[in-house]
Amino acid sequence: MPNDSNIASSNVPPVSPKSGRTAPPPTERIPVLRWMRENLVSSPLNTVVTIICAVGLIFTVPDFINWSIIEAVFSASSHEDCRAASGACWAVVADKHRPMFFGVYPYDQHWRLIIALIIYIGAVGLTMLPKCWAYKFLIPLWIFTLFSTLSLMWGGFMGLEEVDTSQWGGLPLTMVLFSGTIVVGFPLAILLALGRRSNMPAVKAVCVIFIESLRGVPLITILFVAVNVFPLFLPQGLEFDKLLRVMAGMAIFFACYQAEVIRGGLQAISRGQYEAAEALGLGYWQTMTRIILPQALRICLPGIVNHVIAAFKNTSLVLIIGLFDMLTATTSVMQDPEWRRFTVEAYLAVGFVYFCFCYALSKYSQQVERWLGEGKRF
Amino acid sequence: MNEQPQTPRPSSATEGTAIELIDVNKWYGDFQALVDINLSVKRGERVVVCGPSGSGKSTMIRCINRLEHHQRGKIIVDGTELTDNLKNIEAVRSEVGMVFQSFNLFPHMRIIDNLTLAPMLVRKMPKADAEELAMSYLERVQIPEQAYKYPGQLSGGQQQRVAIARSLCMQPRVMLFDEPTSALDPEMIKEVLDVMVELADEGMTMMVVTHEMGFAKTVADTMIFMDLGEIVEVAKPEVFFTNPENERTQLFLKQILTH
Repeated sequence: MPNDSNIASSNVPPVSPKSGRTAPPPTERIPVLRWMRENLVSSPLNTVVTIICAVGLIFTVPDFINWSIIEAVFSASSHEDCRAASGACWAVVADKHRPMFFGVYPYDQHWRLIIALIIYIGAVGLTMLPKCWAYKFLIPLWIFTLFSTLSLMWGGFMGLEEVDTSQWGGLPLTMVLFSGTIVVGFPLAILLALGRRSNMPAVKAVCVIFIESLRGVPLITILFVAVNVFPLFLPQGLEFDKLLRVMAGMAIFFACYQAEVIRGGLQAISRGQYEAAEALGLGYWQTMTRIILPQALRICLPGIVNHVIAAFKNTSLVLIIGLFDMLTATTSVMQDPEWRRFTVEAYLAVGFVYFCFCYALSKYSQQVERWLGEGKRF
Repeated sequence: MNEQPQTPRPSSATEGTAIELIDVNKWYGDFQALVDINLSVKRGERVVVCGPSGSGKSTMIRCINRLEHHQRGKIIVDGTELTDNLKNIEAVRSEVGMVFQSFNLFPHMRIIDNLTLAPMLVRKMPKADAEELAMSYLERVQIPEQAYKYPGQLSGGQQQRVAIARSLCMQPRVMLFDEPTSALDPEMIKEVLDVMVELADEGMTMMVVTHEMGFAKTVADTMIFMDLGEIVEVAKPEVFFTNPENERTQLFLKQILTH
């Protein structure tokens, strides 16, 4: 490789000098046609599959568009308008969006949730930027975020009405559960993964037992135990908030799965990396945090994101222990006899919100992979 | 300096001894990888270790910075004995640099960060000083212009020179080389050997496992031939290459020097 690129352009791969005999690759005149030939009708079987899919789309897509857009009612003064129309009734979302997204939280206090969500989403946005990836920025940011959002939701100071966690609901509850699960679960997952590969037999045994026993149990069971069984073991008078117990259960469950994903990444790192770090005199934690984990986490990022997305959707399981997350809140709102017929529309709206979050997460993870892969050419 | 002690079993560490191995034995399961190794390397001495594959030469030098544990005998580096005591191991590792066959650069870090990492974490050097030090060593291995690239963007020869510079940034008193050119394309071997010769000329204590006999003739003060986990022959290069005593050495040299 020539040493012709200077320090300033260091992130650009060096370009080898052209000998003058090179030529640009031949260009296709109609790329669309070529794409269709290669992807739609490349073989008899492929052609048949293409035709079946096309027929299927022709039968479903126009009807769906008709129902969801053309004949749909987007705003209505009352549910009567919707009954008259043959299309979807999106007006239900307009009418019920506040109890759907904010649950049974006192109606006149919803502004507190909106501010909390804005702070939270702002913090998430900042955290996603590589420029902000420094402990001395992220730790104060998240201490501020958690403190401000939780105290806004809780209230009980400066004239704010106190709202018990049993009244929290909807999207903010989903967010609190999700971020609690990740913030506690992810570091725990790393510790479990490292512990399972430890040379110390006791540490290893504890991690193996912890992972294997909790991984073999459904999340619903863990939540049930956290809420209904766990308090029986506590001494009289000592009580943790139900939300806190649920969050701990979810975090532990998440950590057990995630630990195995991370362990897979750790196993992919060659012994040479450990040896080089040791030979330079780095200690165990220095080696892990600076050398091994950054590489291992990048390798298993797709698997990590998989479980993060699953954890996001798992928050809807809190319905079985009587917490009203976004999905459960919607279900209860739809008990309203006037709007009952339009439950599908409400669920589609909630599904769309879930989809947006999950899709954003997976897109972001692809971007992170690209950032971390910079310069990594083997 | 060039004199090898007459007795294979040297007395306790003296002022001029950098590395001392006394009756070192090592087993992998039932297989004995090292058999009664006795060796003493003086400060500033350049020792080249050769031998057929599986002869224990890599195992021996990897024991010197405790990448492998010996089960019997004593290894004393710079007056510190290697035991399970972590403090001693850390002390030895910060004095002993090591270069590997497969470079083992950290692929997720830029070259400059590869170099500054250990000085900053282990020696607690301020970042600016560490970078200055790193650049000075990159200049010595003649690739300062690669400082802000990633290892994957460099050729094998460049990567190995970076690996040497990375070790030197810890300002070690001893350098160990474990077949540093074996993974390189032929045209890149020279650039690495040149750096090593330069290092030898500056008086660094070096222990090199290599099959590069030309290099050995140029820099070695002492040649060691190993076979089946034993040190078979210890000699000055003049004697070693022209008139080796042991049959196994003669056979090995015949195989490696003639085609």
